[in-house]
Amino acid sequence: MITAACSFAMIAISASILLNIFRLIVGPDVTDRILALDTMVINAIGLIILAGITFGTTMYFEAALLFAMVGFVSTVAFCKFLLRGNVIE
Amino acid sequence: MTTFIEWVSAAFIIVGAVFLFVGSFGLAKLPDTMRRLHGPTKATTLGIGALLIASMLYFVLLRQAAGFHELLITLFLFLTAPVTANMIAKAHIFRNKKLQEDLPLAARGTGWATLTGSVDSQDNRT
Repeated sequence: MITAACSFAMIAISASILLNIFRLIVGPDVTDRILALDTMVINAIGLIILAGITFGTTMYFEAALLFAMVGFVSTVAFCKFLLRGNVIE
Repeated sequence: MTTFIEWVSAAFIIVGAVFLFVGSFGLAKLPDTMRRLHGPTKATTLGIGALLIASMLYFVLLRQAAGFHELLITLFLFLTAPVTANMIAKAHIFRNKKLQEDLPLAARGTGWATLTGSVDSQDNRT
C-alpha cells in the first residue's frame, strides 16, 4: 500500500520538477527563475522524504534539513543581491 | 490497526504529492510574477507538510523510530516560506518601474523603504 503510494508520489513530484525546469528556462524575469529554483528545492525535499519512507531508514532526514536551510539561504541571498547590489553590507 | 495506519499514511502521501504538483503547475501556468508567487508559497508548503505528517506517522507508529527531524523540517519550512515570498515580491517591485507608479504612499510620507532605502541607511550612504 505504502509502496504504491510512494511510486505515485514520486511520479507526481518528478512531473512537478519538470514543470519547474520549464519555468526556469522560459521565465521572463530573474525573479521568476529564483522562484522556480526555490520550488525545485522544496520538491527535492519531498523526493528525499519519499526515498526515506521507501527504503525505511531515517538517515535521509538530515539531508532534507540541510536542503531546506541551504535553499532558504540561497533564495534570500539572490533577492538581497537584486535589491541592494550586495549580499552582505 | 497496522493496516489502518498504513492506509492513513498512504492517504497523506498522496495528498502531499497532489498539492506539490498543483503548486508547481500553478508556477508554470499563471500569467505574471505576482500571481505565480501564490502557487509555490501556499500549495507547495501544504504539500510538504502533508508528506512530513505521513513520514512521522509511518516511522513513529510502524517502525518505532524517533521522529523529531520531521518536526524540525516542518517548522523550518513553515517559517521560511513567507519570508521567501516577501523577498521575491520586494525584488520584483524593485525591478519593475511600471508597478512602482501604482503603489500607494507609505504611512510617514517617506517613500517605500524597499525603493529608497530606510531613513538611517540614507544618512549613512557614501
